[in-house]
Amino acid sequence: MSDRVTVSKTYKLYLGGAFPRSESGRTYPVTDSRGKFLANAAQASRKDARDAVVAARSAFGKWSGATAYNRGQVLYRVAEVLEGRRDQFTAEVAAGEGVPTKRAQSLVDAAIDRWVWYAGWTDKIATVLGAANPVAGPYFSFSVPEPTGVVAVLAPQQSSLLGLVSVLAPVLAVGSTAVVVTSQERPLPAITLSEVLATSDVPGGVVNLLTGHTAELAPWLASHADVNALDLGGAPAELRTDLERSAAGTVKRVLRNPAAEPDWTNRPDISRLRAYVETKTVWHPMGV
Amino acid sequence: MAETTTRESPPEFADAARDEASLRRFLHGLPGVDAVGVEQRSAGLATRSIKKDSKLWAIDLAISMVDLTTLEGSDTPGKVRSLCAKARRPEPGVPSVAAVCVYPDMVATAVEEVRGSGVGVASVATAFPSGRSSLRIKVADTELAVEAGATEIDMVIDRGAFLSGRYGKVFDEIRTIKAACGNTHLKVILETGELATYDNVRRASWLALLAGGDFIKTSTGKVSPAATLPVTNVMLQAVHDWHAATGELRGVKPAGGIRTTKDAIRHLVAVHEVAGEQWLDPHLFRFGASSLLNDLLMQRRTQLEGHYSGPDYVTVD
Amino acid sequence: MTWEYAPAPESRAIANLKPSYRMFVDGQFVEGGGEPLKSINPATEEVLAEVSTASAADVDTAVKAARRAQDKLWGKMPGAERAKYIFRIARMIAERGRELAVLESLDNGKPIRESRDTDIPTASAHFFYHAGWADKLDHAGFGPDPRPLGVAGQVIPWNFPLLMAAWKIAPALACGNTVVLKPAETTPLTALVLAEIIQQAELPPGVVNILPGAGEVGAGLVNHPGVQKVAFTGSTEVGKLIQASLAGTGKKLTLELGGKAANIVFDDAPLDQAVEGIVNGIFFNQGHVCCAGSRLLVQESVAEELLAKLHKRVATLRVGDPLDKNTDVGAINSREQLTKIQELVASGEEEGAERWTSSCPLPDKGFFFAPTVFANVSQAMRIAREEIFGPVLSVLTFRTPDEAVAKANNTPYGLSAGVWTEKGSRILWMANRLRSGVVWANTFNRFDPAAPFGGYQESGFGREGGRTGLEAYLDV
Repeated sequence: MSDRVTVSKTYKLYLGGAFPRSESGRTYPVTDSRGKFLANAAQASRKDARDAVVAARSAFGKWSGATAYNRGQVLYRVAEVLEGRRDQFTAEVAAGEGVPTKRAQSLVDAAIDRWVWYAGWTDKIATVLGAANPVAGPYFSFSVPEPTGVVAVLAPQQSSLLGLVSVLAPVLAVGSTAVVVTSQERPLPAITLSEVLATSDVPGGVVNLLTGHTAELAPWLASHADVNALDLGGAPAELRTDLERSAAGTVKRVLRNPAAEPDWTNRPDISRLRAYVETKTVWHPMGV
Repeated sequence: MAETTTRESPPEFADAARDEASLRRFLHGLPGVDAVGVEQRSAGLATRSIKKDSKLWAIDLAISMVDLTTLEGSDTPGKVRSLCAKARRPEPGVPSVAAVCVYPDMVATAVEEVRGSGVGVASVATAFPSGRSSLRIKVADTELAVEAGATEIDMVIDRGAFLSGRYGKVFDEIRTIKAACGNTHLKVILETGELATYDNVRRASWLALLAGGDFIKTSTGKVSPAATLPVTNVMLQAVHDWHAATGELRGVKPAGGIRTTKDAIRHLVAVHEVAGEQWLDPHLFRFGASSLLNDLLMQRRTQLEGHYSGPDYVTVD
Repeated sequence: MTWEYAPAPESRAIANLKPSYRMFVDGQFVEGGGEPLKSINPATEEVLAEVSTASAADVDTAVKAARRAQDKLWGKMPGAERAKYIFRIARMIAERGRELAVLESLDNGKPIRESRDTDIPTASAHFFYHAGWADKLDHAGFGPDPRPLGVAGQVIPWNFPLLMAAWKIAPALACGNTVVLKPAETTPLTALVLAEIIQQAELPPGVVNILPGAGEVGAGLVNHPGVQKVAFTGSTEVGKLIQASLAGTGKKLTLELGGKAANIVFDDAPLDQAVEGIVNGIFFNQGHVCCAGSRLLVQESVAEELLAKLHKRVATLRVGDPLDKNTDVGAINSREQLTKIQELVASGEEEGAERWTSSCPLPDKGFFFAPTVFANVSQAMRIAREEIFGPVLSVLTFRTPDEAVAKANNTPYGLSAGVWTEKGSRILWMANRLRSGVVWANTFNRFDPAAPFGGYQESGFGREGGRTGLEAYLDV
């Protein structure tokens, strides 16, 4: 056994492609499932949330405008890089979620596979959800799904990596951008994931990860006028109704999945892809 | 460009016809016509419901706009004479039509028959209907008709030249014929059924207007489709825009295929709402037709008598 | 020469107008417990009929009837059988098309030409289209056995009374839901004739219930715990209230709300057809259209020419008796709406926009507003930002495609947009960038049951029409 002292990591936010501390200067201690100190995480403030929305909005044009093939490659790249750091994630998941290493490993594997699954969807979802509309008249009419915009994701509280990936990847796959409030108690895999994202050709600002108190940050995102959709997944039960009401202020699309977390290892369907697209119908006359 | 010009292009468009290239640039620079859009607009106009006094008024106006036409190989002086009689007085109490329209060799007969009635004599010319002859023959054809007393010449354009993009040739021919016409009014037949697109109809209309045509006319009646409401619509828009740009009034004549009062009134609605009220005038709008007149007369009776009439109550000539 | 078109009114008798109408609950026409309302002909301000309205208890009765019908019959019925009922409705609407058209024009004020040629045929087409889906839902891409949601509470606006009822009811029924629908307070009549058709088509009692009334009936309906699905078409303001009030209930919601569509004309557009599209875009249905092209964005180089053509064309619009077959622009639906239009137009003048109003004659009675075009409008003015919902067009200019896109998207709404250019690649470039649920290129205001319709952002969410539209009525 080496007596070398390890270099411990400082966990920060992931915002606009950079890793800043919270503008508030706040941190909060993160422990493992037995209460042992793991690290200090940045405790994001409403201003960090605001900055994250700005970053996500400014990244939206380029990301939504990228070809689906390109987005697919980027998402696949995330899987590749994640694969390379499998052990690190396994350790973090095991520590954070209190599961045996073997279980943690299978969760990490599932998370990697999930990126691959969504990577393959980027250039297929328009085929599946789009249509040539057989209208009664001399027009060509077609419908295509287009990304909704900036999505605020309240990530699952329990499943710190697989759950996170399961809710984040579909946002990216369709070309929307994300502001994620990570699991409050188990934020470390999310921040490590952001290191993966930063080195996987995901453009800065496409994903922004805020660690901190979900209940503090969520209302600011739910009411933010430049947020187009809200995933209530990791919202505290007692806040869900208020957040949803608040989202109505700018007619946000709200993903209101049940408060109890699903089994994230189940094979996903395309409902999350459907949730973050808008169907656009285009008409043009046919004549000479 | 030909030297024989009887009408200078208005200053607004002096450059447009300077040479073949500028003519092409000008015509291809005109706004496009969206086929579905113009057909939809025409269908909308066709839903106008014209009733009672406004219908009677429209019928009388339509009668006064008819160029009563016979253009058959089987035409004889006798046939033309009876046509002229009908043109002069379609029915007791009904005003005369605008003109009769015949082949050049029938002009003299027609002129004789309509003398003093105010009814014009229009002659087709320029190797009607195909226009496939030399300019020399076309000029001679025109002169024949003019000398015989035609008051209006209905020329055909060289569609082959137009479709192959030789706009200058078409332009020059129109100018030359216009010169041969002297004071005789010139109607330029575009034969829209052969032009294939509304864009071409618009370009041909402007080409004819630039070259000095007094009227632009849809068709010879020998090609199907002949006059359709959307085509007339595009041409009415052209004379309207020409007027807006130059202040000059030019006319439109749909010909062929307009057989019923309903069709005629639909066209008049288009005249009214697309070109404008000013064009509700036989000097600026004509119907080239043969059987239309009888339907107008029948419908006129229906309006006046309050019951439906029948074909045996109007004359067949 | 002046050619006056003689009046050509459609016979009012065709409407079979009755002195009173009752609500339709559980297969029967019954008196409602609410205060009866009087439906007004907006073209004459005369009372057309008295209509019973629902009380809170009636809403409860209707929702329970719908629940029973869904549990016992409609939800279990094979899709092919459901389809046949819906096909019947489609056919019967077409059979009574003229009657419905005249009644719609009387009640709503829209020109008979539009109710006859657009509203009623499209309503019928909507039922016909969705009927065909009823036994094919397993092929719709929502899994092998998509289930209905249950009872749909639907609230519709007054601008296309029957058509909006069709947009709501047809997909709901096709997917196996039952319906409680509240028509708009000012236009309840055709929905109640539709109820008659539904009765004649022998739909099982309770499958469709129609409850006339004002806002509180709608609120009672959408908030009723027995409702699993809410669909609303109307103002963004009310849409937000509904979304807020449904928070935490888990009810599935779709909203089709307001708009402030940009109709963008490039210098290479087919100008004459663009003029038609602009006119259709803003004067169709008196501008009472959520997707109306209320902002004209025209490229500077053709602005003058286009405006001249536009003024000339708009001057030919005939405003007046909705029943006259030659009327292009009918009556504003209510005094309240007329006041709102007048107020916004006044703000346009105050803010310095240049007003042009058609000199067409207006009837002495009734609620009418002459077609109006504002030039020199800037993005900051209220008439460029707020939905006027009337025959009022705001004209702005742009120089480059990027500027056009930026201005078009510069609104919290996102329902529709128009693009006019002869350049194909530009159309697709623009269509890709415009943040709106519908993009009409070289056309405007086209609707078809096979083509999904709905908004981005504050224009709502969910789609109506097409395969996509089924999602709103399935538990997926």
